[in-house]
Amino acid sequence: MSDLAIETTGLTKRLGHTAVVDQVDLAVPRGSVYGFLGPNGSGKTTTIRMLLGLIWPTAGSFRLLGETMPAASSRVLPQVGALVEGPAFYPWLTGRQNLRRIDAAGPDGQRKTRAARIDDALTKVGLAAAATKRYRAYSLGMKQRLGLAAALLRPRSLLVLDEPTNGMDPQGTREIRNLVRELASEGSTVFLSTHLLSEVEQLCTHLGIISVGKVVAQGSIEDLRGRGDAMLRVETEDAGNAAQVLDRLGLESIVVTGEVVSAQLDGQRPEECNRALVMAGVGVRSLTTDRRSLEDAFVALTGEGFDVAG
Amino acid sequence: MWLADIGLLFRRVRTRVLLLVLAAVPIAVAVAVRLSGEGPSPGSGPRFFDQITNNGVFAALVGLTVTLPFFLPLAVAIVAGDAVAGEANLGTLRYLLSRPVGRTRLLVIKATTVTIFCFVATFAVAIAGLIAGSILFPIGDVTTLSGDTLSLAAGTLRIGLAAVLVALSLLGLAAIGMFISTLTDAPVGAMAGTVGVAVLSGVLNAVPALSWLQPFLLTHYWLSFGDVLRSPVYWNQILLNLLVQGVTVVVFAAAAWSRFTSKDVLA
Repeated sequence: MSDLAIETTGLTKRLGHTAVVDQVDLAVPRGSVYGFLGPNGSGKTTTIRMLLGLIWPTAGSFRLLGETMPAASSRVLPQVGALVEGPAFYPWLTGRQNLRRIDAAGPDGQRKTRAARIDDALTKVGLAAAATKRYRAYSLGMKQRLGLAAALLRPRSLLVLDEPTNGMDPQGTREIRNLVRELASEGSTVFLSTHLLSEVEQLCTHLGIISVGKVVAQGSIEDLRGRGDAMLRVETEDAGNAAQVLDRLGLESIVVTGEVVSAQLDGQRPEECNRALVMAGVGVRSLTTDRRSLEDAFVALTGEGFDVAG
Repeated sequence: MWLADIGLLFRRVRTRVLLLVLAAVPIAVAVAVRLSGEGPSPGSGPRFFDQITNNGVFAALVGLTVTLPFFLPLAVAIVAGDAVAGEANLGTLRYLLSRPVGRTRLLVIKATTVTIFCFVATFAVAIAGLIAGSILFPIGDVTTLSGDTLSLAAGTLRIGLAAVLVALSLLGLAAIGMFISTLTDAPVGAMAGTVGVAVLSGVLNAVPALSWLQPFLLTHYWLSFGDVLRSPVYWNQILLNLLVQGVTVVVFAAAAWSRFTSKDVLA
């Protein structure tokens, strides 16, 4: 059994002349909550569509739950719960009828447990009271919840959730986060596509950042936060000398602002810097280091903040 | 899934309205004839029209004759055009396919549902006509177009056969509708395109200069179902109709399959 729930190799999708998804190599470890983070239009949903067999890759290959896709679709996809680009149901059916329809479709019927599974899923997402209401009458948040319920109809090894908190009020957002944590603690791998850093910071163990169709960084949250250097910040009356000392040590991007010198550590240990400063006779009033936030990492890696990619 | 898909269609208000409108046509005809007092003069109106006052069961055949040129094709175009494009438009197609429902399987299921609708729609007309006719007019032995008489039971059976032939006549159009439905994510476009095909076929069929083309038209032999009311049944045109429908179904089902199984589902 492969230890990767999702593994893509050179996955590429061209629409016309542009590569919407370009040579994407994803490695989503089993049991992780993997944040797939990128600005709008960066190729997140296109990637997910390929994973679910809705569109065909132009090049590259991928495996889900250790099996080669799309050959193993009929075996693998029943173990994958998905919420793609928002929920979609029949407006003239009730919430429960809609779930019955999607559950009855496809292989692996499990008809006997259907009613119970539907009730469970509705309860999990807090929709039990609205089960007999027509989908037409649902609010945006209720629709989103029903979409999640459909993804939870069966025990899933992998959940692919595309912007799951879209359209939810803060209370609902929190419920969804708790739900995701619960699913992960039960052993499901969660692949969470989002453009919200806060969602990643609160939920994810792993992160892949996609920008203009390319994965620009991938790894555990710890790795990504650590990568890119911490900043050193020195407060001293002797800023000019301090800057020279730090420059000799090989620190980068040294900036002097009044009595504050800041610089990128670039691999240097703060202790060494402090020793060198003191030895050089610089009176250090305070010396602090600052780790980059995930947000800084994201902006540095995508280089464009949250703008829609052209 | 098969039953679920059929249930999905018939649970929809739009479908029920379509069926009600179809059923209303023979009822309206029968009521109008009854209210006008005297029966229509022989040979006037649509085929079988002048027979209604003698025998109520003919209301079913009149119903089929009046709905076949427009109402029935319209209903079929709506349902067939919606088959795939409707799911794409709602977004439910992506959830069905990732469930996963195989694309070929989904298409076969949809085709089955559309076929069943063709039969239900046709029988809605025929049965409504039978009921309205037998309430408003005397019923009895059925006089065939050839002049001899059939027992009421045998006559009703012939009418049932006529309805089956009408339903089969609609399958060619249904296949075209499903093919168009795989081309677009806009159900209204698919419906309009399908209606367009039916109208175009009807127009071409009415242009005398195109008589060489007409035997190949989808709608050319549509009214051949009336031939079951001859004795013996005159099969020639009926079989030609079935041939045209059969070839159309095969060609467009293959086209729909080839399109749908290779299509990127972006909706």
